[in-house]
Amino acid sequence: MATAADTRPDTDLDAFRAEVKDFLKANFPDSLRGKGNAMRTVEGPGEETPEEKAWREAMGERGWGTPTWPKEYNGGGLTKKQAKVLEQEMAMAGAWNPIGGMGVMMFGPTLLEYGSHEQKLEHIPPITRGEIRWCQGYSEPNAGSDLASLQTSAEDKGDHYLVNGQKTWTSGGQWADKCFAIVRTDRSDKHKGISFLLIDMDSPGVEVKPITMISGMSPFCETFFTDVKVPKENLVGEEGQGWTIGKRLLQHERTNISGGGALAALNAQPLSKIAEHYLGTDEHGRLADPELRAKIADYEIQWNTFLLTARRAMEESKAQGGVSEISSILKNVGSRLGQQRAELLIEIMGFRGLGWEGEGFSDKELQHVRGWLFGKATTIYGGSTEIQNNIIAKRILGMLDHQ
Amino acid sequence: MAVLNEEQTMLRDMAQEWVKNESPVTAWRKVRDGGLNFDPASWTAMGEMGWTGIVVPEEFGGTDFGWMSLGLVIEEMGKTLTASPLLASSLAASAIVLGGSQAQKEKYLPQLASGELVGTLAFDDSERHTGAASTATVSGGKLSGTKPFVHEAESAGLFVVLASDGVYLVEKGEGVSLSDRDLADRRDHAEVTFDGAPADRLADGGDDLAEKILDRARILTGAEMLGMAQHVFDETLAYLKQRTQFNQVLSTFQALQHRMADLYTDLELMRSAVEAGLQALDAGFKVPEAACIAKSRANDVLHVMSRQGIQLHGGIGMTDEYDVGFYLKRARVLEASWGNSGFLKDRHAKLAGY
Repeated sequence: MATAADTRPDTDLDAFRAEVKDFLKANFPDSLRGKGNAMRTVEGPGEETPEEKAWREAMGERGWGTPTWPKEYNGGGLTKKQAKVLEQEMAMAGAWNPIGGMGVMMFGPTLLEYGSHEQKLEHIPPITRGEIRWCQGYSEPNAGSDLASLQTSAEDKGDHYLVNGQKTWTSGGQWADKCFAIVRTDRSDKHKGISFLLIDMDSPGVEVKPITMISGMSPFCETFFTDVKVPKENLVGEEGQGWTIGKRLLQHERTNISGGGALAALNAQPLSKIAEHYLGTDEHGRLADPELRAKIADYEIQWNTFLLTARRAMEESKAQGGVSEISSILKNVGSRLGQQRAELLIEIMGFRGLGWEGEGFSDKELQHVRGWLFGKATTIYGGSTEIQNNIIAKRILGMLDHQ
Repeated sequence: MAVLNEEQTMLRDMAQEWVKNESPVTAWRKVRDGGLNFDPASWTAMGEMGWTGIVVPEEFGGTDFGWMSLGLVIEEMGKTLTASPLLASSLAASAIVLGGSQAQKEKYLPQLASGELVGTLAFDDSERHTGAASTATVSGGKLSGTKPFVHEAESAGLFVVLASDGVYLVEKGEGVSLSDRDLADRRDHAEVTFDGAPADRLADGGDDLAEKILDRARILTGAEMLGMAQHVFDETLAYLKQRTQFNQVLSTFQALQHRMADLYTDLELMRSAVEAGLQALDAGFKVPEAACIAKSRANDVLHVMSRQGIQLHGGIGMTDEYDVGFYLKRARVLEASWGNSGFLKDRHAKLAGY
């Protein structure tokens, strides 16, 4: 983790701000303003233009795409205050972070916590430069909500493990260079028999098949492992520590799902404004469809209440110096409201809200349909609504476990 | 809950302690069984503790601790259904703070702040709240009109009355007659008829004075409802942890675990909405919007919570001996006060311009 030598003092934020401004001026071209693509993880990486490549490399060289990671591993080595300044200045310049994906959001923070120095030296710098794409080898056909029942095995062969089994819902598996996976190293203990292993996706015996989803997109894959040799040095932590490490990584995932950033962008345009366009208004200026008007008002009130709760969770955790209990409800509420909004949009747009492809629809209308369908995943992945309710009932309400 | 300052924390702790020791639900039972409106000793104590003057400026004998502080006290009292005119009287005082002349403030606020005088709002012309409109008329300083359901009417000595052309103060006495209305919550309600009652206008509050008063009523009522919802939830959870059927404690059944997880989620959302309403009042920022959010969430969540409270207690939840039924009956009265959810959603949409 970060040591004193990693970070610069943030006593002079003004000087740092000036440095950021100069950097952005020199490296971020106007032509890329506002062109960041949040859907890249779903739609695939696509071709990088020379300008985009130069921007990624400039950010990667400084480690500013991962601003608070330690400098030792090519992170930015910035303090939280400095990172805030960087974020503000980038927003002002319309600049976006070209370094992202699962390596940044989930795997990197976990490896920084549990990996050896050698593993960090090998894996963290390529993530900070956006050179390597990671995918997640967690779910299996028979291990979804009951993740710990996973069967993909890693057999000890002296200097390497021999991996056999199948993973599924591997996000971005077809574009990934490497996979962080939880595998079974011991069949005698459900949880303590799990280990955390890093697997090269181009190893012989790895096969990836994209899954076409109801949205028509293929952001997930089935991944098959047949006698895949994985060097022993790719084990993170100890053998049998995989469940602990794997759960820690899921906390990073949940933070990202409920994190509000993407959801806030989703709600940038009020439903009532969209509805005025599609439905028109009566002589009092009210939306022409009274039932839909009431539903939209109800949704907006609930959405506002969700935002107030997210804010309260933040204020509480700041005051208490720990994670607030109510953060446990945010994933369920945020994902439910996201779906509710998408369904309301279809009611508002009528057939225009159901266009699959081709003529007769605006880009926004077509995007909405794919988003509506893709959004059904949000109450399933990252711990389904039901699993979250188990956690709330048992950990927060202290209701006894089913024995 | 919201992050509190030192003063608010002290007040909350004091209210918690007082309610626990002096006003548990058994105190409400005594009031009900004795046919009283409230326990006079409790009201005296509230005056002595300064609760009756929390939203009254110091120069008129109050503490001016603000709405969040008052909300904390009201929430605690809601938990045990403490019967008192504190909420109504605080609203009457705030109406005078907002719209009263110096003379009106000097005359009424010190008495309201000490608890010596009880005030209440007499706004709605019918059995439901339909907004800040009334057909009550005033001519030559005499007010006439009927208000069929007025909270704490028997206890009140001062009515803050909505008429067609503004908000007026009317003292109980000449031209004022009451007819008791015994609602399911068994609290103090009456029809109040004003027949040429001497009325003194609150002239300094601007055109939206009535709306400002109503928004305060909505948010503060939300605070009482929050206390009630929290209590029903806590009691129900405790019951599920001790009741055994099929040789199993009820709290081990997943169907019940998930229902409680959903109720917990609703309760926390309700808390955010109500506390944000109180904060909006203290900050004087976007109060009408915050009031719609606070009271409509409070209505919807307490409605479900009070039903589920009975259901999850099973047969004994149906008995008068158990407390949970009191909350169901009080809940519906408060849901109907100052705007049901349909009214508030319509108001939200209007405020947002659609």
